[in-house]
Amino acid sequence: MTALLEVDGLTGSYGSFTALHGITLAVQEGEMVAILGANGAGKTTTLRTVSGTIPRRGRIAFGGRDIGRLPPDRIARLGVAHAPEGRGTVAELTVMENLRLGAYSRPARAFRDDLQRVAAYFPWMERRGGQQAGTLSGGEQQMLALGRALMLRPRLLMLDEPSLGLAPIVVQDLYRIVRTLNREEGLAVLTVEQNAMLALESATRAYVLEGGRVALEGSSAELRGNESVRRSYLGY
Amino acid sequence: MADFLQQVVSGLATGGIYASLALAIVLIHRATRVVNFAQGEMAMVTTYVAWTLIDHGVSYWLSFVLTLALAFVGGVLVHQAVMRPFQDAPVVTAVMVTIGLFILLNGLAAWIWSSEVKAFPSAFSTRPIDVGGVVFSLQDLGVIAVSLGVVAGLFALFRFTKAGLALRAAAFNPATSRLAGVPVGRMLAAGWGLAAVLGAVSGMMVAPSVFLDPNMMRPVLLYALAAAVLGGLDSPLGALVAGLLLGVLLNLLGAYVDFVGTDLRLPVALAIILAVLLVRPAGLFGSVAARRV
Repeated sequence: MTALLEVDGLTGSYGSFTALHGITLAVQEGEMVAILGANGAGKTTTLRTVSGTIPRRGRIAFGGRDIGRLPPDRIARLGVAHAPEGRGTVAELTVMENLRLGAYSRPARAFRDDLQRVAAYFPWMERRGGQQAGTLSGGEQQMLALGRALMLRPRLLMLDEPSLGLAPIVVQDLYRIVRTLNREEGLAVLTVEQNAMLALESATRAYVLEGGRVALEGSSAELRGNESVRRSYLGY
Repeated sequence: MADFLQQVVSGLATGGIYASLALAIVLIHRATRVVNFAQGEMAMVTTYVAWTLIDHGVSYWLSFVLTLALAFVGGVLVHQAVMRPFQDAPVVTAVMVTIGLFILLNGLAAWIWSSEVKAFPSAFSTRPIDVGGVVFSLQDLGVIAVSLGVVAGLFALFRFTKAGLALRAAAFNPATSRLAGVPVGRMLAAGWGLAAVLGAVSGMMVAPSVFLDPNMMRPVLLYALAAAVLGGLDSPLGALVAGLLLGVLLNLLGAYVDFVGTDLRLPVALAIILAVLLVRPAGLFGSVAARRV
């Protein structure tokens, strides 16, 4: 069986600095996978290479198709939605315009249904559709970034540190929604998370990156039981 | 009073011309941070294209529409061939490229069409019409209608269409737009095309009164730059309002303030703009909001 996302021998770089040294990972259809690691381990870079926003080398296949050379907008249109670190909304546009932007690659007639589906998770977005995204709270902006990503009707959702800087209750809310999307709608999710506890609670499998390489991989249960993961990332 | 109204309307006509070009400058600046000094010369070249069409017997309005279409294509080509190679260069470099483009287009126009002054027809008769005791020139009203009509059309495109939303998003936040599936490069090219269309309108509207020659857009470019800055440089609405205000202001100054006359209009107008900018450094409609880096 071929995985939804297959990454093999992937390297990614910023200018002359190489941040990834040959990563191999896979996400199956309907699976929720987490990438763990310390700052600078290459977690964010991994997502960026998949969505095509930085130069990369190696094999990246999505739905059996090689996307390693496609520009980010083409990759998005294939169904990869990336909510980057530090939000991922257009601050100058309104909430509704951000959602419309998310639906850019979808046929116009699908908009109503898509919007209803997203509004079911985030009812406030319809009520406050005219508000400028830049004036939302941090948590709301993160929700909007997720809403914008969902409007794409993705086959793979990539979230980069969605919990960063948010109140614990907002984080719980966000992960509850992501889990629902994963379990009830079968949406495949690849999430990057500093908060390893949170990530291992939600994901079925995880990869641990160290210095731009995969140091460990396994099911969440296995990793939770792993001595070094516990000491380095879970802190007990 | 009748005379005053007449002067205001006449000022709105030139103001509409400044506003069109100012809006073109704002569209490109908002998307790329580049002030396109060649915007006026691009307008001048498209006006020559219109002149050539009319000279070959094509009707005025057909020439007008064809010129707008060609201007769009020309703007896209300029972006793809001249500006795109510099898209990752510092903004100052790109601005220098537009100054080079200014000189190139100016020379090219003189070479193709000769620098001899040509008469450019107006779509509207210069016949005055009487509205309740106030005499307006049909020409002025026509220029206002056309320039504001095109500007309104553009605002509607930006506000109400999917392509317009993508154009705005690509200008504000290219990274997020790409992740949403927007081909940002194509949007930037389309932005140059739309700016060239606005420029073409200003060129064709100003040419009947200043006559067509390769340098005809220079004063218009100065006023348009002033209007763009006054409006806030990133605000399309600001460019529109400031352009109209500037046109009216210049006209009233020339008509009613004796010592200003026609010679001192430009320095006095610029002094007023400087005074406004001292009070509101971000322009009338600009926001001083911190830019994300």
